[in-house]
Amino acid sequence: MPSYTAPVKDMQFLLHDVLKVTEAGIEGYADLDEGFTSAVLEEAGKVASGVLAPLNAVGDREGCTLENGVVRTPKGFKEAFEAMKQGGWTALDCDPAYGGQGLPYLMGTAVGEIFVSANMAFNMYQGLTHGAYSAIHTHGTPEQKAMYLPKMVSCDWTGTMNLTEPHCGTDLGLMRTKAEPQADGSYRITGQKIFISAGDHDLSENVIHLVLAKAPGGGEGTKGISLFIVPKFLVNDDGSLGARNAVSVGKIEEKMGIHGNATCVMNYDGATGWLLGDLHKGMRAMFTMMNEARLGVGLQGYAVAEAAYQNALNYAKDRLQGRAVTGAENPDAPADPLIVHPDIRRNLMEQKSFVEGARALTFWGAHLIDRSVRQDDEAAEGLISLMIPVIKGFQTDKGFEMAVQAQQVYGGHGYIEEWGMSQFARDARIAMIYEGANGVQALDLVGRKLAQDGGKHVMAFFEMVKAEVKAHDDDARMAPFAEALKTASKQLQQAAMFFMAQGMKNPNAALAGSYDFMHLMGHVCMGLMWTRMARAAFTALDEGRGDADFLNTKIATGRFYMARQLPACAMHLARIETGADPVMALAAEAF
Amino acid sequence: MKVLVPVKRVIDYNVKVRVKADGSGVDLANVKMSMNPFDEIAVEEAIRLKEKGVATEVVVVSIGVKQSQETLRTALAMGADRAILIEAAADVHTDIEPLAVAKLLAGVVKEEAPGIVLAGKQAIDNDMNATGQMLAALLGWSQATFASELAVEGDKATVTREVDGGLQTISVALPAVVTVDLRLNEPRYASLPNIMKAKSKPLATKTPADYGVDVSPRLTVVKTTEPAGRKAGVKVGSVDELIAKLKDEAGVI
Ligand SMILES: Cc1cc2nc3c(=O)[nH]c(=O)nc-3n(C[C@H](O)[C@H](O)[C@H](O)COP(=O)(O)OP(=O)(O)OC[C@H]3O[C@@H](n4cnc5c(N)ncnc54)[C@H](O)[C@@H]3O)c2cc1C
Ligand SMILES: Cc1cc2nc3c(=O)[nH]c(=O)nc-3n(C[C@H](O)[C@H](O)[C@H](O)COP(=O)(O)OP(=O)(O)OC[C@H]3O[C@@H](n4cnc5c(N)ncnc54)[C@H](O)[C@@H]3O)c2cc1C
Repeated sequence: MPSYTAPVKDMQFLLHDVLKVTEAGIEGYADLDEGFTSAVLEEAGKVASGVLAPLNAVGDREGCTLENGVVRTPKGFKEAFEAMKQGGWTALDCDPAYGGQGLPYLMGTAVGEIFVSANMAFNMYQGLTHGAYSAIHTHGTPEQKAMYLPKMVSCDWTGTMNLTEPHCGTDLGLMRTKAEPQADGSYRITGQKIFISAGDHDLSENVIHLVLAKAPGGGEGTKGISLFIVPKFLVNDDGSLGARNAVSVGKIEEKMGIHGNATCVMNYDGATGWLLGDLHKGMRAMFTMMNEARLGVGLQGYAVAEAAYQNALNYAKDRLQGRAVTGAENPDAPADPLIVHPDIRRNLMEQKSFVEGARALTFWGAHLIDRSVRQDDEAAEGLISLMIPVIKGFQTDKGFEMAVQAQQVYGGHGYIEEWGMSQFARDARIAMIYEGANGVQALDLVGRKLAQDGGKHVMAFFEMVKAEVKAHDDDARMAPFAEALKTASKQLQQAAMFFMAQGMKNPNAALAGSYDFMHLMGHVCMGLMWTRMARAAFTALDEGRGDADFLNTKIATGRFYMARQLPACAMHLARIETGADPVMALAAEAF
Repeated sequence: MKVLVPVKRVIDYNVKVRVKADGSGVDLANVKMSMNPFDEIAVEEAIRLKEKGVATEVVVVSIGVKQSQETLRTALAMGADRAILIEAAADVHTDIEPLAVAKLLAGVVKEEAPGIVLAGKQAIDNDMNATGQMLAALLGWSQATFASELAVEGDKATVTREVDGGLQTISVALPAVVTVDLRLNEPRYASLPNIMKAKSKPLATKTPADYGVDVSPRLTVVKTTEPAGRKAGVKVGSVDELIAKLKDEAGVI
């Protein structure tokens, strides 16, 4: 069975050597000294390894069940959820006014990675609740906040997000679920939602559904959509639970992965709901949480890959198969361990350099969200909005690819279920689809984010990369990083120029290249992160701080990424510059 | 009643220990270090005594390098009230010997006057199994080692001890030194709020000189070696052959 150890050392390096959190000047960051963050991450790691990871395979095997309208989670989930609640982990970055611990979102992200790596399906019950908490915290009335937030911070009540309907996934303008206003100010919600994660289960006393629906007078398309709070059990004025609301689970889906998380069809049959935020402004309300939600899914991509990588690495050291081409390295045994083979090394280096780069990008993104939310920093807000589709799309595509590569290290044993490697690949797959399928992330990036605010944010991004390249002029050790980053960022700029020139006259040309652009930009972001990490590692070495083995490994891993992965940028650019023709050449009926 | 719990920072039990090339000891540079697991059990038991209303305060003490602060913070996060760090070494490879530790603890006991010292039965790095016993001797207190159950009533403690071949239950007069074994309890995970509270709990820093103790080593490590690898086994063809081998070669039956 797979095991998991939290990568605390790597996280500490990012927090203290790369992001230098205590000097960042962001509210709450001064308290994040090394001893404290290490204590938090170590303890989260203990819970992850001791409680959550052992349930990962159980959840996969047992899945959730629906009997007589009641959803049950796999054996052990309830006790583990209780342990998470008792440990205060669900409240980590929530508002102290409602019982939260008030730590920065960055710390929530680091701890979140640990829990997702250990058990992605399990962690979604809390993750969805956090999303619903954020929505109510941002858009709720004081009464709504007082009624729902304390129970959601503690996870006594959990939350869901209800967007998708059978005929309406990406295109929410097609939504049919209706909200009819009632005399008492509430609404009657009628319609069917599908694929609702954590839609119902036995982990909490109540489930607070956030439901997008159309109220009269809002007009066509997404404009008419409003957001509603629809609790499973109505809540009395004194906070106690009242009658069961008219919402029920139609079925739970059988699916490829994340079996431990109940994916539900939710039927709303005149259920009582209350408007959250402004009438007909539901989409806008959802958008304010988009950055956090999508960063969270981008995190799932590399967090699952991290768990898969750890096990693949152990396996590569244990499994004896074949001899090193340069001569036996393990002469007393009939064969050498897999790790001696260059192709296995390639595989492991691709996993390692991706996971560490993605972790850096995600932590940096979380720090930008803190900067934008806690310091009202508009530049940070612009930058993170630009990068969110990249973090979500690129990291989940690569995360899945790397989970498959980890599976490959196991040969045939990766394909059978006994070793648990197949689960990582199956679990990682969904992150490419939900919270906006990756093709739609590419569309968002190229169709919306590039041109947003007159292209201000992408220009700022290019300037930042340029400055990073320049900053290392005087250090020859940094040349492999700065030069590769320079080349890649020029390719990215060239692609952006191509879109600008083509975009107006032939929008298909831009969208045909959008997926490649998302990946091109993903590699540039990773190159930027590896440049920063290498710089931080050299500095620590120069100052005689830290673990020299760790720092030298970091630099060598970065060199691998710059030398072996950044060249993909040239390929993506070449594809982009072919425009729409090769892609659109066939008429639909010619397929 | 106060409970004093000594905690040691040791190589994490998950780490694969590597012997230094010169055989002078094991490599501890940049290796993950954690609280000695037996000490974790002792801290847990002390906190339970406090939760039961038997203990009024749990004081943890660590002797070693500055980084032992982290170990003390872990104990504070679990629920200890206050910590004392006796900084007795600068190099992580310096191990303070049991007798010096016992003398320092005796000094702390004189200042703190606890009703019980709850210690781990041994540290998993050197496996000396000596500190608790030496401390009891220095103090002239009763001792109960290898505890798998502990009940305190009035001025007595009833302790079930894990001994060869079974369990022995004894009653000791307080104050006493009790050293704990693996099965006494299962230590809790520290909660996030308690980790945050631990930041502001008092941690006093002392030196051996404050207690007038000389910590210079009295023992010499001659050599440290890896355990010998296991020899290859043999496959036996039948039960009869196995029995014959056990009788004639191994001489065990
Ligand atoms: C396990 C699971 C859990 C989920 N959890 C939730 C949840 O909790 N709440 C919730 O509301 N939903 C949830 N979903 C739904 C999920 O968000 C949708 O499946 C997703 O948004 C895609 O919608 P769809 O399935 O209808 O696909 P479609 O919208 O039909 O898209 C199909 C494909 O077409 C592409 N596509 C669509 N439109 C365009 C376009 N304009 N340009 C280019 N390409 C396009 C997409 O990229 C996709 O590849 C979940 C789904 C699953 C499978
Ligand atoms: C569903 C299924 C059906 C199968 N059917 C059959 C069957 O009908 N008959 C049969 O005989 N077998 C069958 N197999 C076994 C299959 O052919 C083996 O799993 C496969 O040959 C790999 O061997 P392995 O699993 O021992 O992996 P390993 O040999 O341990 O290889 C593990 C990984 O190490 C890499 N590796 C190994 N050696 C080297 C090297 N020298 N250099 C670089 N990389 C190396 C491999 O590429 C692989 O990624 C089946 C397996 C499965 C899962």
